Amino acid sequence: MPATLAELPVGSSAIVQAMPTGRSCLTRLREMGIVPGTRVSVTRRAPLGEPIEICVRGSHLSMRNHEAAFIAISAA
Amino acid sequence: MSAAAPETPLIAIVGNPNSGKTTLFNLLTGLKQKVANYPGVTVEKKIGECYSQHGKKLRLIDLPGAYSLNARSPDEAVLRDVLLGRRPETPRPDRVVCVLDSANFERNLYMAGQVLELGLPTILVLNMVDVAEQREWRIDAIKLSEILGIPVVKTNAISGQGLIELKLALSREDISPPKWQNAALPEGVKAALEHSRDEMRQAGVIHTRSSLLEPLYLLSDHDPTHYGIADTQIARIHELRSRMETDFPGWEDALVAERYRRIEELCAQVLKRPDQEIETITTKLDRILLHPVLGFVNLLLVLGLLFFLIFKVAEGPMGWIEAGFGQFGAWVEGLMSPGDFRDLIVNGVVPGVSGVVIFLPQILILFFFIGIMEDTGYMSRLAFIMDWAMSKVGLNGKSFLPFLSSYACAIPGVMAARTIDSPKDRLITILIAPLASCSARLPVYSLLIGVLFPVGEVGAFVQAGIMLGLYSLGTLGAFFFAWVFNKFVMKGSASPMILEMPSYKMPALKSILLQVWQRARMFLVRAGTIILGISILIWAASTYPKTAGDDSAKQMEHSFAGRAGKLIEPAIAPLGYDWKIGIGLIGSFAAREVFNSTMSVVYAVESGDDDNLAPLRDKLAAERRPDGRLVYTPLVCISLLVFYVFAMQCVSTIAIVKRETGSWKWAMFQLGYMTGTAYLLSLLIFQIGSALGY
Repeated sequence: MPATLAELPVGSSAIVQAMPTGRSCLTRLREMGIVPGTRVSVTRRAPLGEPIEICVRGSHLSMRNHEAAFIAISAA
Repeated sequence: MSAAAPETPLIAIVGNPNSGKTTLFNLLTGLKQKVANYPGVTVEKKIGECYSQHGKKLRLIDLPGAYSLNARSPDEAVLRDVLLGRRPETPRPDRVVCVLDSANFERNLYMAGQVLELGLPTILVLNMVDVAEQREWRIDAIKLSEILGIPVVKTNAISGQGLIELKLALSREDISPPKWQNAALPEGVKAALEHSRDEMRQAGVIHTRSSLLEPLYLLSDHDPTHYGIADTQIARIHELRSRMETDFPGWEDALVAERYRRIEELCAQVLKRPDQEIETITTKLDRILLHPVLGFVNLLLVLGLLFFLIFKVAEGPMGWIEAGFGQFGAWVEGLMSPGDFRDLIVNGVVPGVSGVVIFLPQILILFFFIGIMEDTGYMSRLAFIMDWAMSKVGLNGKSFLPFLSSYACAIPGVMAARTIDSPKDRLITILIAPLASCSARLPVYSLLIGVLFPVGEVGAFVQAGIMLGLYSLGTLGAFFFAWVFNKFVMKGSASPMILEMPSYKMPALKSILLQVWQRARMFLVRAGTIILGISILIWAASTYPKTAGDDSAKQMEHSFAGRAGKLIEPAIAPLGYDWKIGIGLIGSFAAREVFNSTMSVVYAVESGDDDNLAPLRDKLAAERRPDGRLVYTPLVCISLLVFYVFAMQCVSTIAIVKRETGSWKWAMFQLGYMTGTAYLLSLLIFQIGSALGY
């Protein structure tokens, strides 16, 4: 099982396990719906590895590996 | 809108980006709107008028789109400040229309929940119901209205569905504050916020009747510019914030989680959606438009179309504008008696204004195109595809289109940077945009390449190769400086690239045309007034003091411009230029292509026409210095070409940069770094080249 959202393969989903607190770059992701306990899935990855497109709460978002690597996940 | 009676209610329209909020605003107000900037910041303030279904006059304010009241950009800070009644020039709205994208209902509820917490009478609008239906998301509006105790209206801003229901809701004056409990705060956090509120009240940061939400949002302000908070108060707010962080680590994050917990509870009651995401037009289109190969091919086609429209289709109207102004000039010339005043109109004002208006077709096309791309949702895909490349120089995918547009003209490019939400990325994009070789450099490049390699000696391929080299040089320079600014000039936290991928939808053409018109008008008024002044100055500089006789070359030498050329000769001689080139450089600061017409006057060549450069080119190629050496040696030509690649020589762009960044500081910084780079590089080329014996 991959450890972070950055490693989650395209097409699979997982549950957000933990996110470090107090990082303002993650605050916005939380406000966009990615909080511990939320189900996320990876829709696609850009050809050169990033950004990744994810689906959370039915909304589609893109982010880079740098941010995604902060988001610890566990099996859905 | 001072004409409106004070009792006319002010209704704020708020919502996430891509919720169709502005389309709805445009639909309600039509042409009856006034666009300005909020004082001190480049955030558009749009106020319009409309009538409720019962004929009552209403004032509507379209607030910037945002994902949260926890501001991260000046746009979001404006939203927060208006809703909290913190802006002196904008009264606190009486009611709020909160627009939600039904197809992203759960995520959109986050900011909607924050707005409901404020306790203002609110109407919820579930927009884009058609897209939600495609996804088989069913929202029970009646139940939602019951739970929240406020009107809930379903609309489709593109077809106009639900507009009458919305207008009916707008007529209601009995809307009660929403039944939405404020997010529960842990006792300690609550006490700390109460303490902060007392302090802020005493310091006069907030008004006396403020709820806990005001200190809460001020303490969690993530806008790097801290817009809306006075400098003297920022230090104190920072102190309070770090104390909160030490005492209650992660309190903000816990608050977000708490809000989403309550949203999940609400969604369980009112939202039904399939367990698996079903195929929609969006998922199907994305499989092609974001395909590793097809997506890129499509992107090239889209950009190819854009360039075709900007360079080829715009050519016609640009020619008509030029011809129209030419005829107008001739008509005035015939009408007035000869004299300085006629000369001012015919040779100063008319060409000056024409030089600005001529860009209008390109600007209209570009903004229309951008409007379509944004409204359909393709813009996010373009940013997705280009993000990797842009990230290498520290920018993000959203900077790509504004930069690309600058190859046509930096003015629309700089204005298009408004679509970049990160203030830092936006500023860097504006600063590097004029390094893209714009169409005004093309005539200068053609002339000098022609002097460098007279036709016949080398093939057209070499000429094209040099042209391509100049474009590449500008592009590399832009990327280099983006990297430098990112690394050294504008430190501070890199804002993360978070890009929403909205559902594709049909563009709302009327709404887009309205915005195109607003942008175009802004360009004409702002750039127009400055360039008019400058063109009068340049005209005066080459007209006075006067010489006897009709020799225009003599007149030029004797004029202020000629003297200025001689004055700067010591500074530009190390670059290989003489005072005559100096006059051309000075003239170019009005617009680069002026170099050609100025040089025609300087050398008294009959035709300075862009279509026929041959007489001027031959004259330049034959020109010799007093000691008999050629003026335009290959080395001088290269030095001059490089100068034109890098130098900031366009007053219109300077004026727009001043406007878009809100201060002269960045406009002057840009002028300095670009022209400084141009000078240094040309100096190095000429000096090293000369030393090597070229």
